[in-house]
Amino acid sequence: MIALLLRDLRLAVRAGGGFGLGLAFFLIVVVLVPFGVGPDTAVLSRIAPGILWVASLLAALLSLDRIFALDYEDGSLALLATSPLPLEGAAMMKALAHWVTTGLPLTLAAPALGFLLSLAPEAYAYLFLSLLIGTPALSMIGTFGAALTVGLRRGGLLLSLLVLPLYVPTLLFGAEAVRRGADGLDPSGALMLMGGITAGCFALLPFATAAVLRINLR
Amino acid sequence: MSMWEYANPKRFMGWTRPVLPWTFGLAGLCVVVGLIWGFFFTPDDFRQGSTVKIIYLHVPAALMAINAWIMMLVASLIWVVRRHHVSALAARAAAPVGVVFTLIALFTGGIWGQPMWGTYWAWDPRLTSFLILFLFYLGYIALWEAIEDPDTAADLTSVLCMVGSVFAILSRYAVLFWNQGLHQGASLSLDKEENVADVFWFPLLVCIAGFVLLFIALVLMRTRTEIRARRIRALEARARRA
Repeated sequence: MIALLLRDLRLAVRAGGGFGLGLAFFLIVVVLVPFGVGPDTAVLSRIAPGILWVASLLAALLSLDRIFALDYEDGSLALLATSPLPLEGAAMMKALAHWVTTGLPLTLAAPALGFLLSLAPEAYAYLFLSLLIGTPALSMIGTFGAALTVGLRRGGLLLSLLVLPLYVPTLLFGAEAVRRGADGLDPSGALMLMGGITAGCFALLPFATAAVLRINLR
Repeated sequence: MSMWEYANPKRFMGWTRPVLPWTFGLAGLCVVVGLIWGFFFTPDDFRQGSTVKIIYLHVPAALMAINAWIMMLVASLIWVVRRHHVSALAARAAAPVGVVFTLIALFTGGIWGQPMWGTYWAWDPRLTSFLILFLFYLGYIALWEAIEDPDTAADLTSVLCMVGSVFAILSRYAVLFWNQGLHQGASLSLDKEENVADVFWFPLLVCIAGFVLLFIALVLMRTRTEIRARRIRALEARARRA
């Protein structure tokens, strides 16, 4: 399992572009928002938690179809399915690799971009914490979506249609935690609920993902 | 003989042929009687005036929008466990009907909301969860359309339906955390003191019965169409081979 994780990470770093692309996309979306809504810092700091969360969600979405597509095309997914490693574990490792290559950099970069949107100073810690807890769930849900559409030629658009509604609870708790942090309220309830979602996703979705992969490899 | 016998496609076609016109007739009768009764023979509400009559479309449509998804979930489970093709086709047939009911509920809700709350749309938990339900329906239908092999499509969509149900329920209660809304709570529960007055309740009941029957009739009809379409495809494939 560790070998698979390391292989995916190496592939992501070395295969050119894929690794930093999500991060660059995140940066561009955040930079574009002030052009859209105007440079008023009061407005920006009010919408900053939501913008940062939505932007990181879109950035995570961008690289989802790479999770299985290449492995499916060159046949290594079929090898994985027949290997002694349970496919559930492989699915979880894939999600973890996706998180390390997109979710983790996003989490680290988000406070810096919060500065651009003049996020309230109290909220930085909660932004970091909520992304740290929430982005693994995004990766796991996205891996499930990627497994659903792996056999399709033009699955990219369908993938976003399938995955985005599933992101609703995570986004909602994440942005709410940051907003409460910014308003000086106690965000621990939202953070805990989001932790619950992440834990639930990692406990259950690998099974659904593996089932879907087996169907697609039939 | 068990009830599963009726799921055999040939038998299914046999027993639905006589049942279908009756279901349609009863559905039409209930809807027409319920709507006419509701629209013309009930008093206006003392605060809402005659806008209260939107309830006869809004509530049954909203009810069926959710029940259609539950029916799809049950049909998907039956497909996964027992692999009855009719079950998968019925789930597929129910989805567009459910979408239309969701849209009717959203639109009538907006029309009702404008005079009552002063807005067509608010980010209220119930309204929002219906919008999310609508998106789930769209994704489900899109996945059915995207996959060519019917068995693979049935398998994948049923997994999506199950996972989607969990997330739909999660979203339903997550939005409560986010915003307390304008929409009133349940006013048709069977176990509560405070419900709608009987004058509104009886025609509403007829309307709900009509919408349920209409849903059943539409799903049966669409399932029959799907079975026929599949037969035609099989015949064509055979003709090509010969």
